[in-house]
Amino acid sequence: MEMGIAIAFWVLAAVIIGAALAVVLGRNIFRAALFLVLCFFTIAGIFVILSADFLAGVQVLIYVGAIGVLIIFAIMLTRETQRGSPSGRLRLPALIAGLLFLATMVFVIVSTDWQIVAEIPTEPTTSGIAQALFSKEEGFVLPFEIAAALLLAAIIGAIVLVREK
Amino acid sequence: MNLYLLAPEISLCALALVVILLDLFIGRKWILGAVSIAGLIVPAAFTIALWGTNETSFNGMLVVDQFSLFFNLFFLVSTALVLLSSTEYASKFAAFRGEYYALVLLAAMGMMLMASTRELISIYIALELTGISLYALTGFLKDPKSSEAGLKYLLLGAVASAVLLYGMALVFGLTGTTHLEGIKAAISAEGLLASPALLMGIVLLVAGFGFKIATVPFQMWVPDVYEGAPTPITAYLSVASKAAGFAVILRVFYEALGPVSLDWSIIFAVLAAITMTLGNVVAIWQTNIKRMLGYSSIAQAGYLMIGLATVSALEPGAIGSSGPSALVFFLACYALTNLGAFIAIIAISNKIDSDEISDYSGMARRAPLLSLALALCLISLIGIPPTAGFMAKIYIFSAAVDYGLIWLVIVAVINTVISAYYYLRVIRVMFLGAPLSEERVPSSGALRAALSFACLGVLVLGIYPWVLLRIAEAAVRMFP
Repeated sequence: MEMGIAIAFWVLAAVIIGAALAVVLGRNIFRAALFLVLCFFTIAGIFVILSADFLAGVQVLIYVGAIGVLIIFAIMLTRETQRGSPSGRLRLPALIAGLLFLATMVFVIVSTDWQIVAEIPTEPTTSGIAQALFSKEEGFVLPFEIAAALLLAAIIGAIVLVREK
Repeated sequence: MNLYLLAPEISLCALALVVILLDLFIGRKWILGAVSIAGLIVPAAFTIALWGTNETSFNGMLVVDQFSLFFNLFFLVSTALVLLSSTEYASKFAAFRGEYYALVLLAAMGMMLMASTRELISIYIALELTGISLYALTGFLKDPKSSEAGLKYLLLGAVASAVLLYGMALVFGLTGTTHLEGIKAAISAEGLLASPALLMGIVLLVAGFGFKIATVPFQMWVPDVYEGAPTPITAYLSVASKAAGFAVILRVFYEALGPVSLDWSIIFAVLAAITMTLGNVVAIWQTNIKRMLGYSSIAQAGYLMIGLATVSALEPGAIGSSGPSALVFFLACYALTNLGAFIAIIAISNKIDSDEISDYSGMARRAPLLSLALALCLISLIGIPPTAGFMAKIYIFSAAVDYGLIWLVIVAVINTVISAYYYLRVIRVMFLGAPLSEERVPSSGALRAALSFACLGVLVLGIYPWVLLRIAEAAVRMFP
């Protein structure tokens, strides 16, 4: 069991990093979008390994389903996608900055004593998340309600920005 | 769960909905502006009625104390001034005035929540509520410049949000809670003071919130966005959005990360010095007045950050109240001054349809009162008595001296001298330049009302600051 999870993790991690690199380095923007969808999908796999079943489902529904389709639609509606992204002069500085950030994060994560859960939870998490969101004693009702206003603002903003001038 | 504590925010949200609904039925669109401005009285009344309470609700996520109530009033007053200055400008949007007002009100609701929540997820969502409303408002004009500004603001805002979330995730992963009080307790209880993950989290939080207050290195968006956005929205960004950023920084860093104050105070001190120097030096070369005020607002953020750096080095973890109270006082003075300057610019550019400083030549003869008001606000931005800017600088510099940050005060004073050059240049052009035409520049009653309020405030705070100072001290008293 332990061994299987470890193997699954390393395979998924390799696919995620490979797909993410393909998104950034590829010249064809449509392929980049497809690799992004692959990246989202494998992250859902990581959630499955962590026993976060609800998050895995949401990841597939929202990222793979909604956001992936949205990006592909946006590419299909845009002209001149064939030429790909122009290579900028900032590639090398961006690479160095990215590597520096990566090195710092790796150092931080490795050198910190993280609190580790003793055993992997096996129960479905959906009802637990619902409790955490809506229960009267410790629920996150306030951010949930603010999110409603946030969606309203986003919808109004979208209507305004696509209006005929 | 006491819903009454949320009454100011709920009534503001209801007001936004009323404006959108009225928009469907009403033909005379000026009524929408009037309703939005008059309706702000309701949340303001709730805020004043709540004055003096110190309670939490929603399981400690919402906190109503002097600090959040002070900022509620601050945002409501600046929103009212922005709306007043928009009434004439909004005629450019024809049928979309209702949406414009509603988005301004929703952004204000987000800012109020940013100052009143005590929990990282709520803080983040309130921040995004403000952000998304402001992205749409920035691109509202739909001309190439405005669209570019909106897109730039959105993209950089998204990057900053990602950085912020990374920081929040590290802090949460380390402490196991998103409640600010819980984070503080966990940091002191479990000896996390020297944890590298906590340090990294702090750096990322500073960077993420730094986008809101436009500090180095997240200041790149300011000049383009300020230039392209509708001018009332530029004023809104430079005052209310910045103040919301400072409110949330005070809340998070003083309440949750107080035990590691020495780590972050030095970050803020260094960033303050870089930010004010960069803002002031680059502002000298600007020929567009909105861009110039953009760089000026970066410099002002640098002065404001001095208040965040005032932490005692002698007693680790001891945070004084003189820094935060000077910061809150500075924010109020800066808000009135900057809003005044922008309202004068709106009035002038409505007529001459240009934001170039050279087109302001001889403005004193075409619009004597507007020029005088703009000159007063610019003098206050330099910090010359008898204006609010002078008092604000005095208090924030003396707080810094109290906490041994003399090098920072010296940098700030040198910066003040540099800044005088470009502010005074505008005044010189207006009063000594030859007028480009003899045509008078009239302004609407709403603009005149907003401008006289701002200028009166600048003068009153410059001569008699004590009442506001006492309120500012009361507002930050609950910080340890």
